[in-house]
Amino acid sequence: MGKTLFDKIWDAHAVTEMSDGPTQLYIDRQFAHEVTSPQAFNSLRERGLSVLHPEKTIATPDHNIPTWNQDMPITDPISKFQVETLTKNCEEFGITLYGLGNNKNGIVHVVGPENGYTLPGMTIVCGDSHTSTHGAFGTIAFGIGTSEVEMVLASQCILQPRPKRMLISIDGDLDRGVASKDIILYIISQLSTGGATGYFVEFAGTAITALSMEARMTLCNMSIEMGARGGLIAPDQTTFDYVEGREFAPKGADWDKALAYWKTLKTDDDAEFDKSHYFKASDIEPMITYGTNPGMGVGITGSIPTLDDIDPAGQASFKQSMQYMGFEPGDQLIGKKIDYVFIGSCTNGRIEDLRTFCDFIKGRKKADDVVAWIVPGSRKVEKQARDEGLIPILEEAGFVMRQPGCSACLAMNDDKVPAGKYSVSTSNRNFEGRQGPGARTLLSSVLTAAAAAVTGVVTDPRTMLQD
Amino acid sequence: MAIEKFSTLTSTCIPLAIENVDTDQIIPARFLKATTKEGFGDNLFRDWRYDKQDQPKADFVLNDPTYSGQVLVGGKNFGSGSSREHAAWALAGYGIRVVVSSFFADIFKGNALNNGVLPVQVSDGFLSQLFAAIDTDAQTTVTVDLPAQSITLDATGASENFEINGYKKNCLANGYDDIDYLLSNKAQIEAWEKTSFY
Repeated sequence: MGKTLFDKIWDAHAVTEMSDGPTQLYIDRQFAHEVTSPQAFNSLRERGLSVLHPEKTIATPDHNIPTWNQDMPITDPISKFQVETLTKNCEEFGITLYGLGNNKNGIVHVVGPENGYTLPGMTIVCGDSHTSTHGAFGTIAFGIGTSEVEMVLASQCILQPRPKRMLISIDGDLDRGVASKDIILYIISQLSTGGATGYFVEFAGTAITALSMEARMTLCNMSIEMGARGGLIAPDQTTFDYVEGREFAPKGADWDKALAYWKTLKTDDDAEFDKSHYFKASDIEPMITYGTNPGMGVGITGSIPTLDDIDPAGQASFKQSMQYMGFEPGDQLIGKKIDYVFIGSCTNGRIEDLRTFCDFIKGRKKADDVVAWIVPGSRKVEKQARDEGLIPILEEAGFVMRQPGCSACLAMNDDKVPAGKYSVSTSNRNFEGRQGPGARTLLSSVLTAAAAAVTGVVTDPRTMLQD
Repeated sequence: MAIEKFSTLTSTCIPLAIENVDTDQIIPARFLKATTKEGFGDNLFRDWRYDKQDQPKADFVLNDPTYSGQVLVGGKNFGSGSSREHAAWALAGYGIRVVVSSFFADIFKGNALNNGVLPVQVSDGFLSQLFAAIDTDAQTTVTVDLPAQSITLDATGASENFEINGYKKNCLANGYDDIDYLLSNKAQIEAWEKTSFY
């Protein structure tokens, strides 16, 4: 019997296997940031261990940094200490660091791909659940805890139970105004926030292969939001074209050798999955969430479920969620007043996202009572936006571009949505307090967020698209 | 770094009958700025536990003196979301040794085990029984037996087995962590690297 792409990569990286235990998996690349690494370095020091392969780990501060005045010292002393601790640890253990202000600084999951650190067939980990982003390149990429960060630093390996395999296939053409963010929000709304727990997902189908690399990253990024260990897409010409020429991608004869290998990275025709789901692209409309987990989403023209629609065991959580959001079961989403718009994060902070936003707002104005944060995913994205002339378009419409970082996605820095306020956000989580204590998040695509930024209410972006 | 050993535990329970408890609730992001593992227990469930003025919310279970113990019983899909191990540190720091639920998120489960906190997955039916028993009598106890891989509601004797792989069971029983194992496999790692594409 044939093998799935997941099995091929997993088996190629299995160093040892236990009969009643996890696989010892070799890790080709680790990304590190300031928040989930300090305790790992401390523990290495306490044990008197060194880093086995410092060249295989790349670090960049992103979670806990300001997105304004990055050339000035960080004002919060605790954040400043955490960022400085990363610098100190990288110096001591010989790890490449793209610090604040460096032209390769940015969100780990934006920096890795854009510099050619993320390559098909790799195993990739980071102390961050959105490491699943890198699956867009045909990698086994997943988030890990700090104890596991330490394991990879010390041994370049990790112990992992082998997940089951799930296929999610979407065929057909997306309607105009529907993006890969809508695909993934739709899938999560269908499968629920735990619907893929225990599985590693392969996304396939004509609607997936038609996506750009950046759109694929948005999709794989949110695999974790349905509980999946990760999500991957078989590499194809779109992947190879994206990777070729990136700074740390293979060159010359190495490129030819790599390409020959990468072309073998696909699921065999007779391979079997433990579970398969099939969806139609034409069933997907722009999505928006109404609750406090990413599975609580509906098509933008839809309404919030009523209590009768909810399983009895889930009703207490649903009621708590409605109370937190200030919504009533059965409410329509369109027309709800909003206060904030956040464009950015490892989900939607890339150049295509900024282009989409600027295309939409060009010739329009930001609603007066909306506060908008436009946050590029990296310094490179920021520079490209400048080079492409997006800044004057933003400014003309009343928007300002901030500096790169995770920003309001998890609100560790000052970019916090105040309690009780509504934010239409292109990030990945609408958990209680995620964007600040009491903040109310509605997740959407860039286009849906752009429409809300202009109108000040939840709006179907398709009604505002020009011919 | 040895983890705390686990064998059997009999304890009263703290019930949290909410589904999809994510790690942002267990420990909100603004408390992730520390560079050590200490002190997270104070902020366990911070925003459910304290109001804006940092006063305890009377209706939250951790502030209800009726309930205490080393076993937290949570609704389905416990620990979803962020990979932050700080969630496991917060639970361990508060004194929780066992979390019972009918479903756990993968990353949380791994993080808990790496910190000597045992995730015990039970059926939906057993979970309902457990919540009902605690609701009836807050002093009701459960016994979690790692060698037997069982959890028993002591008052009725109702019992269920739970799964844990043999390797992790051995680690918890003896206080080993994964680094000990990985470092003992250095020769295999070096051999594998000779075949590596990258």
